[in-house]
Amino acid sequence: MEQRYYQKEIETMPYAQMKKLQSERLVRQVRHVWDNVPYYRSLMEKKGVTPDDIHGVEDLHLLPFISKADLRDQYPYGLLATDLKNCVRIQSTSGTTGRRVVAFYTLKDVDLWEECCARAIVAAGGSREDVVQIGYGYGLFTGGAGLHGGSHKVGCLTLPMSSGNTERQIQFMMDLRATILCCTPSYAAYIGEALKDHGYKPSDNHLKAGIFGAEPWTEEMRHDIEAKLGIKAYDIYGLTETSGPGVAFECEEQNGMHVCEDNFIPEIIDPDTGEVLPEGEKGELVFTSITKEAFPLLRYRTRDICVLHRGKCSCGRTLIKMAKPMGRTDDMLIIRGVNVFPSQIETVLLKEGHTPNYQIIVDRVNNTDTLDINVEMTPEAFSDTVKALSAAEQKLAAAIRLMLGITPKVHLVAPKTITRSEGKAVRVIDRRKLHD
Amino acid sequence: MMAVEQISVFVQNEKGALSHVLDALGAANIEIRALSIADTSDFGILRMITDNNKKAQETLKKENYICTLTDVVAAAVDDRPGGLANHVNLLAAAGIDVEYLYAFVTRSDNEACVVFRVNDTENAQKLLEKAGIRLVSQKDIENF
Repeated sequence: MEQRYYQKEIETMPYAQMKKLQSERLVRQVRHVWDNVPYYRSLMEKKGVTPDDIHGVEDLHLLPFISKADLRDQYPYGLLATDLKNCVRIQSTSGTTGRRVVAFYTLKDVDLWEECCARAIVAAGGSREDVVQIGYGYGLFTGGAGLHGGSHKVGCLTLPMSSGNTERQIQFMMDLRATILCCTPSYAAYIGEALKDHGYKPSDNHLKAGIFGAEPWTEEMRHDIEAKLGIKAYDIYGLTETSGPGVAFECEEQNGMHVCEDNFIPEIIDPDTGEVLPEGEKGELVFTSITKEAFPLLRYRTRDICVLHRGKCSCGRTLIKMAKPMGRTDDMLIIRGVNVFPSQIETVLLKEGHTPNYQIIVDRVNNTDTLDINVEMTPEAFSDTVKALSAAEQKLAAAIRLMLGITPKVHLVAPKTITRSEGKAVRVIDRRKLHD
Repeated sequence: MMAVEQISVFVQNEKGALSHVLDALGAANIEIRALSIADTSDFGILRMITDNNKKAQETLKKENYICTLTDVVAAAVDDRPGGLANHVNLLAAAGIDVEYLYAFVTRSDNEACVVFRVNDTENAQKLLEKAGIRLVSQKDIENF
């Protein structure tokens, strides 16, 4: 019989019961942090809060926030809440936006994290019958380790491919009949193109589902990947600071991700005032990890802009859903005073029939911001006349201008020339920072 | 019928980009009979007629190049003043648009060849032939 849930009792728990569980765990966690992390204690004292003030989730808003800057300042041991000898693992962020963040895990932390990933795999239709190809990077990056552990827990045959070496990915995918692919969405699209280049049709592979995350992607990109690979593409959310992938995952509705709120309490706040916003309103996503032992974060500001929604889901899960993040407060570019999210540009490209392989280059020339967008050429868009190609560039520029209100310069570039690091596409190059 | 196939390749404006294409074709033992390059500030389109377009296309695809095959008209032009004007006038009078053209030489002493990319290949061929102009076929080019 098809397995629908990995942990039915938790995934379908009535909210009243969940709230009780969260409250117990939160009270315990606040005490744990207060007792073991001097930095947290000083943050709480500054806000005039003690563990005695926290009786349940309704008191969550009393606690201070913690931000990425705090994590960097406290690198490496400042936020460690247990003796180092209790820790069995570290994972680390890519450090692309500054100093790396190192997160510590006890054996129990790893176990709970892998359970979350197992829930995601089962929600995407996975069972012990499945062959799971892990195309996320292994190593410090949480993507590979998390899904790998989750796949083991479900009992799937796990192909620990890591990212890159696309030829080998394709060979193993076809020869070992992988049924579920886990990687970044940009790498999934890339594998899809490579399969086509090898002369495979979407129906030639055995894949039925993909679990894609670790970078922002749009609905249009989902459709593109689903068509290219002949699968259902599921979103997964997570961050190294809280654990890794599996903080939230999509079910068959493919309409928002269920948050593993038995481990992570989500909140949406106004990024400017820090005020908690009511359910359904858009704001910055904040997480409190209530089960982590080694590296527990209270009210961590993710900088992801998002909406939460608690409602009945046809999959039977009662876990609150978060929408696909609409961007990050720190992903947002301000170009000539206009707020620009890379996802907006991606939406236009896909609507205009181009690939989601693009790079945004922002610069400042004579005190004016410039926006250049490189888009990879496709065989379908190619023509032997300059007129047709220039017209394609201009059409794209016009569509982007309509979306953003600023005129970009669009450049068609050769296929597979846009930089990809660890399978994550480098979407934005902001050269203005160099002049500061 | 008499249309000639041209292979066009997308080449990014980058140091060494052109030599990479030509090296790949050379290594595959492909002879280029005619070529021209159209360039913009971002990219170039390299258009060629080779002795084996199929093989050229396969070779370039393997190297991740994007290329496409297009039918063009190749016609002999007398080696005298006004030789090319005659052809272009005929096409213009018949309302056929020329997107681009380029010339190449053959081993014949008193003839040049011109490749026309037009918006109506079939009618352009008929028109030129009717005017007594010799069209060059794919076979002619392959067997130069």
